[in-house]
Amino acid sequence: MPTIVVDVMPKPELLDPQGKAVAGALSRTGHGEIAGVRQGKRFELTVEGPVTDEVKAEITKIAEEILSNSVIEDVVNIDFGDES
Amino acid sequence: MRIGVITFPGSLDDRDAQRAVRIAGAEPVALWHGSHDLEGVDALILPGGFSYGDYLRCGAIASLSPIMTEVVDAANAGMPVLGICNGFQMLVEAHLLEGGLIRNDHGSFICRDQVLRVENASTAWTGDFAAGQEITIPLKNGEGGFIASEETLDRLEGEGRVAFRYVDVNPNGSLRDIAGITNDRGNVVGLMPHPEHAVEAGFGPDTAAAMRSGVDGLGFFTSVIRSALVEA
Repeated sequence: MPTIVVDVMPKPELLDPQGKAVAGALSRTGHGEIAGVRQGKRFELTVEGPVTDEVKAEITKIAEEILSNSVIEDVVNIDFGDES
Repeated sequence: MRIGVITFPGSLDDRDAQRAVRIAGAEPVALWHGSHDLEGVDALILPGGFSYGDYLRCGAIASLSPIMTEVVDAANAGMPVLGICNGFQMLVEAHLLEGGLIRNDHGSFICRDQVLRVENASTAWTGDFAAGQEITIPLKNGEGGFIASEETLDRLEGEGRVAFRYVDVNPNGSLRDIAGITNDRGNVVGLMPHPEHAVEAGFGPDTAAAMRSGVDGLGFFTSVIRSALVEA
């Protein structure tokens, strides 16, 4: 079954306390060269049947309206798996 | 007056909200997230908690519950709706209120008795307060940082839709110290702090007069009862 990957990140201008906490831990464990971390989400959606343009449009809508909240996050990538 | 309190999977403060409604003098009606029936209630409360374990985003999955179709319709028709903490997050996710709520800027869960200033005393849930009045009610959240674009913040301020602001301490990094907001009609109100935990002497925040004697939260519930009487 085709798998579609949606990547969501917190908006760059907003505070990302999770990323900040991870960066703090890296710095404490001797990875001082890491200047910053931002943490996002990856969703893998498996689809029954072919990934038609209609399905792509539906998934784009789901990504923008449900998987992310446009006030605080951006959908940075949707991989429909048809590039290769 | 009958006030519905909706229980979602992971709601924690639904019983406290029901108790607050009862103490204020109205009849609480327990409603279930999976139903499409508001059972003819006159107002609605979305209580605090951690619905769906805060999966996806706080309040996001609950905002897609079956009963939310009816909640959105009722809110748009003018029914008073109060979202407390996780309920506020649901109202934001359901687009009944603007902005978003993110993890506290200091990264920690916080629990304290919080002073708020009532900025808008003409909503369905704040009519029994005076504009500018300071009240103390408990606050407990991990993701209570209110954010919105500068443009939205300016509009909320300009339209008098900032309902409550944090006083003395900004406990979670909320922009412009915003603790709660209302919609343009004033029937939908959401806030992070918990009025339902400050409604009965002996169980509320400490005051200068006596330990645990604070009942500043009661005004939310008496306000909505009075607003219903005015409309009737």
